[in-house]
Amino acid sequence: MKFLRNIFDNAHKTLNSSEKTKKFFPLVDAFDTLMFTPNHVTKNGSHVRDAIDLKRTMMLVIIALIPCLLFGIYNTGYQHYRVLGELEVISFWEIIFKGALVVLPLVVVSYGSGLFVEFIFAIKNGHTVQEGFLVSGMLIPLCMPADVPLWMVAVATIFAVVIGKEVFGGTGMNILNVALTARAFLFFAHPTKMSGNEVWVTGFSDIKGEKYASLVSSANPEGVVDGSSGATALGDLASFMQDSPVLENTQAFQAKYSLMDSFLGFIPGSVGETSALMCLIGAALLLWTGIASWRVISSFFVGGFVMATILNLVGGNGYFELPAIHQLMLGGFMFGMVFMATDPVTAAHTNAGKFIYGFLGGFLGILIRMVNPAYPEGIMLAILIANVFAPLIDHMVIQNNINRRLKRLKTA
Amino acid sequence: MKITVKKGLDIKMKGVPNKIIAEGNLSKSFALKPSDFPNLIPKLLVKEGDSVKCGSPIFCDKYNDVVVFVSPASGVVDKIIRGEKRRILAVTITSDGKFTQQNSKAKDFSKLDRAELKTDLLKSGLWPLLRMRPIDIIARPEDNPKSIFISSFDTNPLSPDYDFIMHNKSAEFNAGLELLNILTDGSVHLQIRKNSDEVFSNAKNVKTHLVKGPHPSGNVGVQMHEIDPINKGEVVWYINPQDVMILGRYSLTGAYDANKVICIGGENVNSPKYFKTISGSSIESILEGVEIKENSRLISGNPLTGLKVEKDNFLGFYHHQLTVLPEGNEYKFFLSEGWLSLGFNRFSASKSYPTWLMPKSKTYQFDTNLNGEERSFVVSGQYEKVFPFDIYPVQLIKSIITNDIEKMENLGIYEVSPEDFALCEFVCTSKINIQEIVRNGLDLVYKECM
Repeated sequence: MKFLRNIFDNAHKTLNSSEKTKKFFPLVDAFDTLMFTPNHVTKNGSHVRDAIDLKRTMMLVIIALIPCLLFGIYNTGYQHYRVLGELEVISFWEIIFKGALVVLPLVVVSYGSGLFVEFIFAIKNGHTVQEGFLVSGMLIPLCMPADVPLWMVAVATIFAVVIGKEVFGGTGMNILNVALTARAFLFFAHPTKMSGNEVWVTGFSDIKGEKYASLVSSANPEGVVDGSSGATALGDLASFMQDSPVLENTQAFQAKYSLMDSFLGFIPGSVGETSALMCLIGAALLLWTGIASWRVISSFFVGGFVMATILNLVGGNGYFELPAIHQLMLGGFMFGMVFMATDPVTAAHTNAGKFIYGFLGGFLGILIRMVNPAYPEGIMLAILIANVFAPLIDHMVIQNNINRRLKRLKTA
Repeated sequence: MKITVKKGLDIKMKGVPNKIIAEGNLSKSFALKPSDFPNLIPKLLVKEGDSVKCGSPIFCDKYNDVVVFVSPASGVVDKIIRGEKRRILAVTITSDGKFTQQNSKAKDFSKLDRAELKTDLLKSGLWPLLRMRPIDIIARPEDNPKSIFISSFDTNPLSPDYDFIMHNKSAEFNAGLELLNILTDGSVHLQIRKNSDEVFSNAKNVKTHLVKGPHPSGNVGVQMHEIDPINKGEVVWYINPQDVMILGRYSLTGAYDANKVICIGGENVNSPKYFKTISGSSIESILEGVEIKENSRLISGNPLTGLKVEKDNFLGFYHHQLTVLPEGNEYKFFLSEGWLSLGFNRFSASKSYPTWLMPKSKTYQFDTNLNGEERSFVVSGQYEKVFPFDIYPVQLIKSIITNDIEKMENLGIYEVSPEDFALCEFVCTSKINIQEIVRNGLDLVYKECM
């Protein structure tokens, strides 16, 4: 420890020795404070302080994301070999290896580009690097399709950090969730790449060109590869709303994507979002440590469930008839509920507001997803809308408190 | 009335004072510090070298010169210590050890009316013991408060136990209460706990309220909020129970007798206990013979709201305890004791440390390390858990930071004082100095609106 401490002390000394290098102080400070809780002491006021700090808070969210990340790695490899029809001959470690080869570069690019921007702003503004991006940097790769080009991830991350966060004043000041800003940016800037059936399974477009085509035309196609392997479950569902659905009815859908598979996550989708189980493990950790708000998570779930049930009752097509609980296991609903909607900065800040905010997010998410099949990823848009409405919800809650106080003044 | 405070937090610190009252060393030097009184601009009434008696005026409020501050001892004015822009930091008095009184004739106060009593208390120098809410400053003589509050217990960490200190002091306490009753048309509210000493449970001329719950249930602000909340334009006064005794002694003897019992607590004190002392005593004299470890921070007052002091400083006017804590000026490696440690021996109100799984009786080591760095507001809903007011703390703080007076009023700034935010400041993940912000907000509101 002493050795490490000396390195940092010397680095600080070197930087401070000249005016020119002084502004690079955040560079060393970021790593210093990562390794050591600094020796800052309280002044007046509360002389003792709680042991919690923002680093620990953020780190716990990252730890909660690890199950999703690990499963995402596995599922990326799994989907790849499923499309190839080689699952039987491939070992577990080959699946992991393939998945890691795809997912880890996404993580590296996301952190690399995001932290690069953060450091530039920290140096320019002369403040220390705040921890907000630690979580965003992990969320971004997990909400990306597996086959997204790395340069797009970099561009989206830089856009999200600069426009989504730094222009508002940095961590704690942003209006929209940073990771979702990155996702929405790609969705709207590169629609052809970010939707359709090809981006969700890594290597799919290559396969389709050569091997896939030959497989489909071979004598026994179903046994090796099924007909629409690249599409997400939501893509298949959305086709119920069009003239030529991929599957004939809800039962066929449920046969293809069973509730158990959807829950466990062995379906195509964004890297980290497919497994409801892993999201729930993360949720359990976040709720156990009190980091995420149970108010948001529970009301978000209820909101989604209510909307899905309403559409169940409406019925009329294969999409609407899918049972509500199965609906909620698909796409980014669980992932968005646990990790995106609970972002304390962009969620509502008041306790009563959190219920309304969460409900709104879940409710709108399912509504957008099901009624406008052009946007199967309705959750992302719904959370962004809820983010925008959060200050208004808070305003209403606080106004209510103010009115109560004014009323007391009048009656007194 | 029975009050149950649900939100809050009891901070379990090591070094709780033992219930022994030691004869403290008589201080040779005393001081009056204008900085003990928020918003006060003093006007000196003495020069260096003047001889003074107990109760002789030393300085007064520049803008309201009837409010005088008097010497707690007899002797000679030693030094007038000034800081930047010649601001007066302290007036020190070297005691002759005789405590000769300026005047000591007992009066029959029960015959005085309110105006006469006010004049008398102002002249005697006891007036500053009365403080008011809103703003949390010395009571203004021209006000008629709607009620007066006394909290018979202190729930701050390592705080003195008034049940113990004031046992068998009924005569003085009741005499003080009698005076307070003359000052208000409303009631004098005394908040007690279940097992309060009879000096409180049998107190006369008061409305007693039984209070239950964790800190800050002992703060008068919380009690006012529950019993008789302050609206814009209303004024409530409050006073510490030991200060009621000082009033009582004045009523009985006519003497300015600022004797009180304080406790010395904290992990860095060898045998934490209670000491007899006099208001304004030097810290050095109080700590004489008390063993203190190296690298300690001395705090006049409690660990949540007190004032950092050095040995050559003096006990604060409103303080009833001294706290000695280890200074936390060391780096902590992140895995072993720092931000990512398991932290079985670290105290946290958040569930991210295992504190909440530990037995409730466990006490913790605290030092003055910030345990992090100052950040923007990120985590929400954290203050609300320890803030038992029907007020939105974060929104109020933000309105203060942006100097939005109308919003401050609407969000309830008249009901709060910095000490009510002490726990918010303690639990804050972003390490924001909230008490300072609230003080600034109150000062602004006072200047603009009152």
